[in-house]
Amino acid sequence: MLLVATWFYVWGLLWAIFFITDGFDFGIGTLYPFLGRSDGDKRSMINAMGPLWDGNEVWLITAGGVTFAAFPLVYAVMFSSLYTPLMLILFALILRGVSMEFRGKVDSPAWRRVWDTCIFVGSFLPALLFGVAFANIFQGLPLDKVNQEYLFRGNLLTLLNPYGLLGGILFLLFFLVHGALWLAIRTEGDLQQRAVRTAAWIWLPLLLAAVAFLAYSAVATNLYANYLARPFRFVVILLAVAGLLGIRVFLARQQFFKAWFASALAIVAATFFGIVGLFPRMLPSTIADTYSLTAFNAASSQLTLKIMLVVVLLFIPVVLAYQIWAYHLFRTKMTGEDMVY
Amino acid sequence: MDPVFLSRLQFAAATMFHFLFVPLTLGLSILVAYMETRFARSGDETYLRMTKFWGKLFLINFALGVVTGITLEFQFGTNWSRYSAYVGDIFGSLLAIEASVAFFLESTLIGVWIFGWKKLSPKAHAAVMWLVAGAGNISALWILIANGWMQHPVGYVLRNGRAELNDFAAVVFNKFAIMEFLHTVPAAFILSSFFVMGISAYHLLKKQEIDFFTRSFNIALVLGLFSSIWVAVQGDQHAVHVTEVQPAKLAAMESHWETTSAAPMLLLAIPDEENERNLFEFGRIPGLLSLLGYHDINAEVRGLNDFPKEDRPPVLLTFLSFRIMVILGTLFPLLTIIGWFLRKRLVENRWYLTIMMLAIPLPYIAIEAGWVLAEVGRQPWIVYGLLRTTNAVSPVAGAQVLSSLAAFILVYGLLGLVGFFLIGRFALQGPPAQPAPASR
Repeated sequence: MLLVATWFYVWGLLWAIFFITDGFDFGIGTLYPFLGRSDGDKRSMINAMGPLWDGNEVWLITAGGVTFAAFPLVYAVMFSSLYTPLMLILFALILRGVSMEFRGKVDSPAWRRVWDTCIFVGSFLPALLFGVAFANIFQGLPLDKVNQEYLFRGNLLTLLNPYGLLGGILFLLFFLVHGALWLAIRTEGDLQQRAVRTAAWIWLPLLLAAVAFLAYSAVATNLYANYLARPFRFVVILLAVAGLLGIRVFLARQQFFKAWFASALAIVAATFFGIVGLFPRMLPSTIADTYSLTAFNAASSQLTLKIMLVVVLLFIPVVLAYQIWAYHLFRTKMTGEDMVY
Repeated sequence: MDPVFLSRLQFAAATMFHFLFVPLTLGLSILVAYMETRFARSGDETYLRMTKFWGKLFLINFALGVVTGITLEFQFGTNWSRYSAYVGDIFGSLLAIEASVAFFLESTLIGVWIFGWKKLSPKAHAAVMWLVAGAGNISALWILIANGWMQHPVGYVLRNGRAELNDFAAVVFNKFAIMEFLHTVPAAFILSSFFVMGISAYHLLKKQEIDFFTRSFNIALVLGLFSSIWVAVQGDQHAVHVTEVQPAKLAAMESHWETTSAAPMLLLAIPDEENERNLFEFGRIPGLLSLLGYHDINAEVRGLNDFPKEDRPPVLLTFLSFRIMVILGTLFPLLTIIGWFLRKRLVENRWYLTIMMLAIPLPYIAIEAGWVLAEVGRQPWIVYGLLRTTNAVSPVAGAQVLSSLAAFILVYGLLGLVGFFLIGRFALQGPPAQPAPASR
């Protein structure tokens, strides 16, 4: 019981860390055509995330791998049900990654334009689609069960429902603010000013989207049942609100690091708003709750869960340690030597 | 539109494309780390220029390897969900361990290496590359343990309608996996050393940067010499083990139909799978197959006809891929041994340099053929003897798979063209004429 529950929250935590790390890369990539007015601006934006995006992306691989290891049935049903959106995300990530490497390699404006477009599309699509996917998971999928096998009775359009789209917009706005704040930390001059203005300007729509999402969740999902059963869980929502307000406060004081951390807190809390509300469900079925995949009916064997917990408890702190070291190394304002791409 | 066939095609395309880049990452990282260490210790600027030149080619290749790897992990879920649900308890853990133990380190530190020239001391910077190289190779170990389990499943029980782990050590120390690791990773070193030697040969032929490229050639030559001899010797042991645990694969490798003792090896054959015989045979060497499989010239070798039709792998592809791999695998030690004797006067031996330049694609072909043999030869099983490929596919529509397959071919085709264009362009350009400024 306890082992499975621990795994459920570890699973949620890994996704949340992915969203706060690669999330700012998605934000920067989406802001790229709008804030990057000159080639110099564009290069600054790429190089601001250049040393970190690759390591950030591994949180996705780990979140996926841990889903596979600890909850194989969830992994199987989730990714075969979300086949098309996941493929779109993967192709987007491929394009984003190579574009940063390729862009500066040939000195031609047309060449750069191609990869500029890929950076935008490759960042915008995942930002939006991860939100759509997770909102749909919070809401539940039309999962059927035939001969002991779970079948997804829907298609891409099933996922593009109003609640799913609101989730997509919410994630997108989160990542835009998060990315703009990272730019405020690492860039200087005009670009930094524009990044700060953008963060401040998007903050209000973000707040509105967050409030709308919290309210809509009461109608569209069953998440609040867990909160009402144990009211102290509302702390998660309070933390999300605190993070959101913190962004505004620190932004006004020009304390960009603190604003970025506030935004990270808000993203983690928003993710956990859903995770806590879902427990123990991982893929709720909208057809019948008995068809829902839960942490308990989808978990791996006790032995695998134990071994993997040891691995995770041993290595994730190590990973965090060297990633924090890398962030520390590249937290400063960029100078000429940081402009590698 | 059969989702099984389309999903297999898609997985094959995605894996083979991914594996165009992975082997070079595994070996070139070590060579670059070695060059940078030489620089950090001696302060010799040529080693720094070598690090930067080969490092640039390494990074383009690395980017393609990384981004094409992501799709692989998720394809088990998208296209092989029944497989994932059935074996995730074991297979999924291995992928998760790979990510948290190795891939994280590799991906985080590559950013530090690219951007950290001025932020770290030369020695620390070189150490970062060693960690990247080590992590990449450890990552390969876990992936091959996962593949080894599909080839020869061990340490599991069938419980709750799926395969569950019951002996973790048996899975990790699976002999098949260790054999694959000891074969694949040194094969990747061959590919990397031929890449460096081939590009160096091009410049030596044009008499450009002779010192720079002679040093590069000779560093790669040492790695290539040891690994190509190793792979040939170890490959023989690997074949004996395959004979023991996957007899149907061995029979298909040799297009061997009737069980016989003192089984011959055929240099060439055209199998007729319909009528269970060979249409055409050429170059019969008596006893060689028995020798290959059992190290005993008189041993009995089971023929394909002893396996039910539905348990036989596709014969032609298995047969041909084995031959391509072995012929090329024999060529590599010969070329590197010749190189060893010519290493002090490379520039004078234009014929040898020409051969080495033209040999760049050969290890790529050999290593892809090796994977075709391993994976096609395992059919019709996705997990040998445990789960059939036809029972492993996701309940998704063929049309969905067809469109993603088309996208894979289109996107990967374009990326491959661009990637190899860039690698080729910078490789032919050579290092910048001005010595790069010393770091610090």
